[in-house]
This record gives sequence, structure tokens and C-alpha cells, in this order.
Amino acid sequence: MYLYDDLDRTLVTERAAEFRDQVARRLSGELTEDEFKPLRLMNGIYLQLHAYMLRIAIPYGALSSDQMRTLAHVARRYDRNYGHFTTRQNIQFNWIKLAELPDAMDELARAGLHGMQTSGNCVRNITTDQWAGVAPDEIEDPRVWAEILRQHLTLHPEFSFLPRKFKIAVTAAAHDRAAIRVHDIGLRLHRNGAGEVGFEVVVGGGLGRTPFIGKTIKPFLPKRDVLSYVEAVLRTYNQFGRRDNIYKARIKILVHDLGAEAFAKEVDAEWQPIKDGPLALDPAVVATVAGHFRYPSYESLSDNPPELAKARASDRRFATWFANSVTNHKAPGYAIVTLSLKPEGGPPGDATAEQMDAIADLADRYSFGEIRVGHEQNLVLPHVAQRDLPAVWRALEALGLATPNVGLVSDIIACPGLDYCSLANTRSIPVAQELTRRFRDLDLAQSLGRLHINISGCINACGHHHVGHIGLLGVEKNGEEFFQVTIGGQADENAVLGTLIGPAVPYAQVADVVEDIVEAYLELRTRPDEIFLDTVKRVGVEPFRERVYATR
Amino acid sequence: MTSPLQQKLRITGPVVVTANRLGDGAVIYRTDGGQWSTRLEQAAVVTTAAAATTLLAGATADDITAVGAYVAPVRQDADGALQPGNLREAIRHAGPTIALPGVI
Amino acid sequence: MRLVRAGRIVADQYVRVLDDAPIPDGVPVIVPAARFLADAEEILRRDAPTGVLWPNNRRIAELAPHLDRLALVALEFPSFKDGRAYSQARVLREQFGFHGELRATGNVLRDQFLFLLRAGFDAFEVVKDADAAVFAEAVARYSVFYQPAGDRRIPALRARLQRPRTFAACERV
Repeated sequence: MYLYDDLDRTLVTERAAEFRDQVARRLSGELTEDEFKPLRLMNGIYLQLHAYMLRIAIPYGALSSDQMRTLAHVARRYDRNYGHFTTRQNIQFNWIKLAELPDAMDELARAGLHGMQTSGNCVRNITTDQWAGVAPDEIEDPRVWAEILRQHLTLHPEFSFLPRKFKIAVTAAAHDRAAIRVHDIGLRLHRNGAGEVGFEVVVGGGLGRTPFIGKTIKPFLPKRDVLSYVEAVLRTYNQFGRRDNIYKARIKILVHDLGAEAFAKEVDAEWQPIKDGPLALDPAVVATVAGHFRYPSYESLSDNPPELAKARASDRRFATWFANSVTNHKAPGYAIVTLSLKPEGGPPGDATAEQMDAIADLADRYSFGEIRVGHEQNLVLPHVAQRDLPAVWRALEALGLATPNVGLVSDIIACPGLDYCSLANTRSIPVAQELTRRFRDLDLAQSLGRLHINISGCINACGHHHVGHIGLLGVEKNGEEFFQVTIGGQADENAVLGTLIGPAVPYAQVADVVEDIVEAYLELRTRPDEIFLDTVKRVGVEPFRERVYATR
Repeated sequence: MTSPLQQKLRITGPVVVTANRLGDGAVIYRTDGGQWSTRLEQAAVVTTAAAATTLLAGATADDITAVGAYVAPVRQDADGALQPGNLREAIRHAGPTIALPGVI
Repeated sequence: MRLVRAGRIVADQYVRVLDDAPIPDGVPVIVPAARFLADAEEILRRDAPTGVLWPNNRRIAELAPHLDRLALVALEFPSFKDGRAYSQARVLREQFGFHGELRATGNVLRDQFLFLLRAGFDAFEVVKDADAAVFAEAVARYSVFYQPAGDRRIPALRARLQRPRTFAACERV
């Protein structure tokens, strides 16, 4: 867990004070909405259908129990008792009053929380693998680099008015759990042929109206150079990104228009003058940031202790949950526990204030006070001793956080959609809820295997539908809600965009359509362990298209 | 529905001007008297593009009360009461179509 | 519009020359870029300070050959949301070593003062009188800065190296 020192806390406090002043000047009329809007966006405050929405940053998805309690408090005191965890590892509150926000910001600041740069045309929350620091397959902790970049890019005077938003993701494992290839900058820590650790730099990925998989513009960048190189990419984008059309303003358009090679050359021209300047990272500076991370003092434990073995053997429901929601940890005797925020009939990714408080207590008791937020809108307790798993499970069950559907068909990723969002064409939450009901049978869900459904209520793709195994995109036709259906998308190291299967289907039929697709998969797969994605790759889209549109 | 903030003013039926209240974000409707109300039945209804433009201009100028004013369709139901004219406005008026998780 | 320098409202010595108006002798002037470039050598022979108004969609490198003889460069913010001139300012200061007056013009508002200052601007054509009056206060809002920029403030990453570490080292897995 990164611990803020007095420098970090002072900055957050000063930011909250500045924001209080800005709100006062808005409420008095000294600032017009046009002048105020970018300022409030840079603090994460949107205007939505019914109310303001506050998006609080959870840097690279890492949260302390104290911070979780503060979020619960904000939910109770300033909102309607719940929050929503997002596809960028942040949290959103949907009912915030602007006039009360300065007080809420002060309270958040005391816990080291803020809404800085969670919206606006600046660098957004830098995301990473929710298992960072504990995953057995990572080569080092990517959070250190995410934090170095976060600091560098927070209130950066040159990059606070970019052509458009900018999203960075970092991964340090061969299996990319951070979807770096669909980010504006994706950074992959890896070892080169000489055994040195450095970054692959991928630029110009993104979803939305014109989705792209990012292009590698630097296969291997030494760690020393990552700040200066990112600075050079941003300086190139700041100067040459389009500002005439908000739909063409992301860096992915610039990379596409110039071509990856020409773009890389522009970046290099910006980089050469600065690469050996103050942004060159010397190991002492990296060590200082790394030193602010607290790692647990793990006990020396063995795998599969008696408490765990007994529970697995005697309790079928525990065993099911264990097989689904618990993952290997790099420390022997420990485990990574995923808390499903996708109960049957529930809005995906939401947690009540009561649940948040309880999770904070569980984190203190069983996870060294630490929680993670994943981009699939579930939570993680990253340091649970295996002997504590039965107790943790019982506690989670009582809280409704132990649905053993992680990574399965009912573990749906959905944007808030038209129930909340002023940009949406369609609702998405009720579709997700209905799908969890259709697939409530956990044996069926398990037998279907890994199957990611992503739902976006509009082309902005906050539900990441392009990279869903099944993607649903809400569109409007003659004032009615319809969904375009794509299949075969993937967000990881083999990132690929899904393929449209046919004409948009009406809202009332979309759950049936998903069931048809799943039935087709069951008939088409050659083995039970051929997952949906692999079946699509093997047989193509046509068999699914036929099935869905045979009677429509 | 396509964000009305991107639409040109094309009136094909009765419309109102709606916005969000600055201080708390509540949904509000422009009234005949140049005020705002949270109640749709108190909204000023116009039927021509010219009248809508005028109504919108006044609303937009009231920057200190209301944010993001735009023209929204309405319809009259069987009893002659004013109702939201599309799904988006219905949701704005009545709230999300789903039960909120935090109800104690 | 008020000109702010060194945190205070000051009178503007510079005369803005319009595209085809004659350039007056003996007074500091700001000349539009195209006009300047068409006649740079001639213009720079003046015996009063010369400045250029440089648009935000042209590379600073084009102006580089003349920088050592320019007293002022004015950069533009057509909207405060258009941040291109921040990059231009940093490149001017940090790569080309420009030491003259670097002036922010256009839609220059209070909530961008500190960003402008840190990017290297030292003169500000402030749109609102009320904003100009509180310039010094606005730029004193922050005492912590994470990143090095065009000013001389020590960024937090470096500041930490200069003070004793306040946390005990922890065991790592």
C-alpha cells in the first residue's frame, strides 16, 4: 500500500482548498459554467441526468481499509448510501450536491483521497493489474511505476489542457490484466534478451467511437527513461492532437493519421532534448517512491493448511467459491481473494456503505488492511492467509459478496447507462440484471467457463464492449433502445476488437439473444474446456449470426 | 438517447426547457414566469422553434441557477397532464428505472 | 484586460502592431508572427525592444533563429482550454533558453495562473480585472509540486531525497 507522506497530503489538502474557492466563485456567479466546467471536471465532478456525479480516484486500484471507511462515510453522509466501482478502478457517487462537495472533498483529503484528474482533458487514473504486488507471474510490482507516473502527471502545468482525456495503464506480467493495449499509453514491464527489465511502450489504443488496438512505438525502453519518454509522447499529443472535433481528438487518431512510425519519430524528436535532463530517473528517486509502499510482513506459512483442506473436503459450496474466487499468491500459504460485486439481480459493481465498512473490517482482519479495485468492477482482498479462507468466505457470504461467478457469464461489466448517464442511448444495468437472472444457475455458469459480457449504453464504450467476449452496445433507433451485438473481443495481451454479428436487436430481446449465443456455443464447442472465445476463433461469427437471426 | 446537447433545434411537438439546478443537480423545468420548478406540470410548454429558442435563451442566461439547459419533448397523456416525451426525460423525471442498492 | 508582471498589475510598455500597420520607432512593439518572419532582419534592427506574437499552431523552432534578439514572445490561448501554448512556453524556456519576457495572451483566467507561471510565463494579459487583482494570492495556493517544470521550484520527487526518510524500512516478500 502506498503511504502518503506530508508532501502528498499537503498537495491534496491544497487542492481541496482551491476547489472550495472555485465552487464559491461559481455559486456566487463570479465564474460562468463554461469557465467552471473544466475545473470541476478536473476534480471528477460530472453533471448527469439526475444530479452531479463524483468520481474519486483510487490510484491503480489500491485502497486502504481507512480509505474504504471514508468512502462508506461519504456514501452515507453525502450520497444515497452506495457507490459504484468503475472500469478504471475508480469509485463513483451518483447523487452528490455541488454545494456540499467542498466538505466532502475535505473529508476525503484527510484520508488521502481526491477526485483529481478523474475527468477532464488531462491524464486520468493510471490503472494496473488488480493483483499487482502479489501475483506470482509478475516480474516486479507495477504499482511503483504507476505511482511515479501518477505523481509526475498530477497537476502537470503543461498537460492539464490536452486535446482530450488521456488514459495510461501499466502491466508487469505476461498475462495482461490491465488491458494496456486499449489505452492511450500502455506500458508493459518485461525482460529483454539481455535480462534487463524495461518497458514496451504501446500508444494509440482506445475504445469508443473509433476503437483501435495500440501500436508499439518503443519495444524496449529502459526504466530510467520512462518519465521523459511519456513526457515526450504527451508533448507531441498536446501540440498536434486535433482540437477541432472532439470525436477525433484522442491520441489514437493522431497515431492512426500519422502512422505509427512517423508518430514515433515525432516523439523521438521531442524526447532527445529532454531524455538526459531532470526527468531521467535515477535509482535513488525510484527507491524513494518504492520505499513509500508498505508490503505485508507475511508469516512463514504452508500451502493448503488443515483449515483449508478440511473446508474444501467437507463444504461443497465453500469448495465451489474457492475454485472460482481464490487465486494463487506469490507468498506461500497466502491467497488472493476476489469479492464478486455481481450478485444475481444486482447492479454490477455497486456496493452499499454497509458492505464497504464490512469489507474494510475484513481487510484489517485478514488482508493487512488492503483492498484492490479491479477494472472488471470487482474487489480484491490481496493478502489472505489460506487458513483464514473459510472464515473470510462465511463473512463474505453474509454480505452478499461471495457469488462464485468471477470471470463467468454473470460477472458482467456494465457502464451506468441511461439510468444515470447523460451521454447514454440505452440503459445497461437492467440488461445486466436480467442476464444474471437468466444465468443464475451456477453449475451452468461454471460449465460455460470463462465468458466476459461487456455492456456499454453508448458509443463512448465505458463498458468496454469492444473487447468483450460478448459485447453489447446500446444504440437508439426511432426513440427506442436497441443493442448492437459483437462477439470475440479480447482485452488482454492478445487484444482484439469484437465482430458485429448482425443488425441491432431491440432491448426486450437482448437477453434472449445472449441466451441464443450461449446455446450455440454449447452446441459448437468441441470440448467442455474450449472457452467461448476459442470457439468463436475456431468457427467464426457466422454460426452465431445464423442462430441469432434465424427467427429475428 | 442521443444527447440533446448535440441536437439542432427542431420542434415537432410540444417541448419544455429543462436543466439541472446548480447547487444540487436536481432536475428542473423552466416556468412561464422565468423561474424554475422541479415539477414538470409547472413547466412552460412551447410548440414552435422560435418560442423554444427564446425560452432556451432565457434559461441559459440564468447561469447562476441552472446548468446545461436544453429543449426536451413532452406529451400530454389521456387526462391532459404533462408527461416526459421520451425515455431519457422519463428517467430524468422519475429517477433510475432500477432499485438503488443503498436503501436501508 | 490588465497586464500582470511579478505578481502585480503594471502598465504595458509594449504596443501591439496590427498586421499591416506601420511599426512605430522608439517604442517596444509586439509584431504578429507572419509579419515578423517576412521581414525579421529589418525589424530586428530597431533600437527599441521587439516582441513577436506567435500562434499556438506553429512550431517554436521556426522562431528559434531570432530568439536572442527578441525581447518578448507572446503566446496565445484562443480558449483557456486550448493548452498548446504551455508546451510552446516550456520548449522556449527550457530548450531554447529564451530569457526575455514570455507573455500569455488570449483567454487568460485566474485558475490557470499557476500552470502558466510554472510553464515559464512571466507576464499575463489577464482578461478579468478581478482575476488580475488576486494574481499573487492565486499562485500561492500550492506549496507542493510533483514535477519539474519551467520554474525553479523543487519537485517533490527530489525534495524527498533531501530530507531524512520518515518511514522505517519494511520487510518485503
